[in-house]
Amino acid sequence: MSVSAPGDATTEGTPAAARSFGDSVSAAFSPITDRLRVLEVDTRMLGMLGALVIIWVGFNILSGGTFLSPRNLWNLSVQSASIAIMATGMVLIIVSRNIDLSVGSMLGFLGYTMAMIQAVWIPNELGFGHEQPWIWIITLILGIALGFFVGGLQGFVVAYAGVPSFIVTLGGLLVWRGLIFRYAQGQTIAPMESTFQMLGGGTVGTRVGALGEWPSWILGIVLSVAIVYLQISSRRRRRKYGFPVRPLWAEGLVGAVSCGIVLGVVLVANNYPLPVNVAIAYAEEHGITAPPGGLFIPTGVAFPVMIMLIVTLVVTFLATRRRFGRYVYAIGGNPDAAALAGINVRRTIMLTFALMGSLAAISAAVQTARLNAAVTNLGIQNELDVISAAVIGGTSFSGGIGTVPGAILGAVVMQSLRSGMVLLLVDSPTQDIVVGVVLVVAVGLDTLVRRRSR
Amino acid sequence: MAVSQHAGTPAPSTQRVPLVELRNIRVSFGGVRAVEGVSMDLYPGEVVGVVGGNGAGKTTLMRTLSGARPPDAGQILVNGQPVTIANPRDAKALGIETIYQTLALADNLDAPANCFLGREIMGGGSLNDSAMESETRKVIGRLNPNFKNFKTPVLRLSGGQRQAVAIARAIQFNAKALIMDEPTAALGPAETSQVHNLVRQLKSEGIGIFLVSHDIHDVFDLSERISVMYHGRLVGTVNKNDVTTDEVLGMIILGKPPTKLTSQELAGLHG
Repeated sequence: MSVSAPGDATTEGTPAAARSFGDSVSAAFSPITDRLRVLEVDTRMLGMLGALVIIWVGFNILSGGTFLSPRNLWNLSVQSASIAIMATGMVLIIVSRNIDLSVGSMLGFLGYTMAMIQAVWIPNELGFGHEQPWIWIITLILGIALGFFVGGLQGFVVAYAGVPSFIVTLGGLLVWRGLIFRYAQGQTIAPMESTFQMLGGGTVGTRVGALGEWPSWILGIVLSVAIVYLQISSRRRRRKYGFPVRPLWAEGLVGAVSCGIVLGVVLVANNYPLPVNVAIAYAEEHGITAPPGGLFIPTGVAFPVMIMLIVTLVVTFLATRRRFGRYVYAIGGNPDAAALAGINVRRTIMLTFALMGSLAAISAAVQTARLNAAVTNLGIQNELDVISAAVIGGTSFSGGIGTVPGAILGAVVMQSLRSGMVLLLVDSPTQDIVVGVVLVVAVGLDTLVRRRSR
Repeated sequence: MAVSQHAGTPAPSTQRVPLVELRNIRVSFGGVRAVEGVSMDLYPGEVVGVVGGNGAGKTTLMRTLSGARPPDAGQILVNGQPVTIANPRDAKALGIETIYQTLALADNLDAPANCFLGREIMGGGSLNDSAMESETRKVIGRLNPNFKNFKTPVLRLSGGQRQAVAIARAIQFNAKALIMDEPTAALGPAETSQVHNLVRQLKSEGIGIFLVSHDIHDVFDLSERISVMYHGRLVGTVNKNDVTTDEVLGMIILGKPPTKLTSQELAGLHG
């Protein structure tokens, strides 16, 4: 980006070898990076997308075409969702120079609580029975509220008592996990209410936890229209103030790629058919006669993925378009400056943790619904996946840097590696080794690039 | 030779109510008394130089006025009314803006975001970045017509440009009083003279300025009165036209008002 002067503080301490290597790399790519600058696209984001494409194509070749099948991609999207949902919140926590190690335990505790609400307290203690149409929404609302409170409590201790977030959430990791055993002495709580189960993307009888064909297309089109609308309105706004806008071809390319990704997700989801027995039952129920070529009923976008998309939109809006997000980034960039600017730093920090708790509750709903049960080890080690997703997605531990879409991409990269290795029958310890190495290498490369671009 | 130990001294603008008045301000850190009963005042359209050696308490005193560190004792008056400044928001609400020596910029945010930090323009429930950029372009354009990087994080800007952002933030909101803590310490000659012109312009607009500086020439250039601090105490406030730079140096280094300085001591300053 900029030419660094000799003795520039940001390049001090860079090993000479690393610098010259980086210089030659950037020289080789400069025609490309100049173009990218016109696009005003985050080049690191593009790099990550490139890495994802390589991973996908590589696994597809190695697995003989299984990896990029609609079935595998659909499952991949569902498996990524619960981590991705939490990663959006973790970005804001890490951006403000904190950490939340308790998300896995919070998820377990909140999932267990939601299971108790719908499978024990409402049906038995309050005597409403197991199948009530409103149980799922009441459970979800109570769960999210409890998550907000539990996360907010940790945030309160961090922000107002000044205990480092590492310590507070390390304590939380033990406390919330321990509390699960107070509920039912570690018994598994099952089954979940049938509508609630839909949140996990599974099937119950002929009900499917996915949007189905046409609603998926409608979702895709609505999102695409929203993307184009946002582009046009921001262009108009900049024109109104007489600011430079990017060239039309660049605008068109960015819009086409964004819409292409959304519609591609829908296309893949609609190419994944319902399992045969579900499809037959579904066809009978809806009076569909099986065509000669066999029954093909598209599953559509899974509910966990839809939830993830909504969460991404909401958290991205909070992070980039609201004061709250602006303050989170300001605090991460320079906590003293934020305080001197009159920002209520403590309240902002507390709210990031409260938001994290709410997102853990949403993920907890997805996971318990998918499992159709709450077990004591629910969400164990999820904190590691969530933090890895955020960090692979470009979030910096030195604060102030990180994006929500980046974290989503990070979660997909992680899950793609795991899923691909499962297809290739790689054993679980080896998977851990690979993911661990990838994590460190990804962050190492990112640090190198970032140091240079300053 | 008009030397005064206390505030409320006949200043150039007699009979008028001071814009800002600090009375007997005390600040301690643990057992260390950083500021001990210091009083100063500032009139509209006036520049008061605040000088002293390292650790003299200049910055700490000014931080009580900008709300960064409320005083342990003493009184602050704005337009003659006693006020409480418990945090930076209170100070800004009273029209007191500060340009910190560290600039206090969020390095990862761009110039408009820094200028409007804590006072964002909203529109339709979301941040109106274009409006903020437009306002920032106007103000920074006044300070530095060559400034073009309104979309890059301020981390990537030069020292002078960063200074421009910090100054723009302070004057964006119709400040009545301005605290400038070492505004030219990190600047080259051209940028320094830009800042000097700005100070004169702001003064002519009726803004009162506390100019904290190590540079005695800066202070003589720009201010009407000079307040000298020494080890947390006020040595005195002098009218610039009544003293020589050597006498002010004597106050800074020896902590004595000019009347008590001997010619031997003054000569020793150059030894």
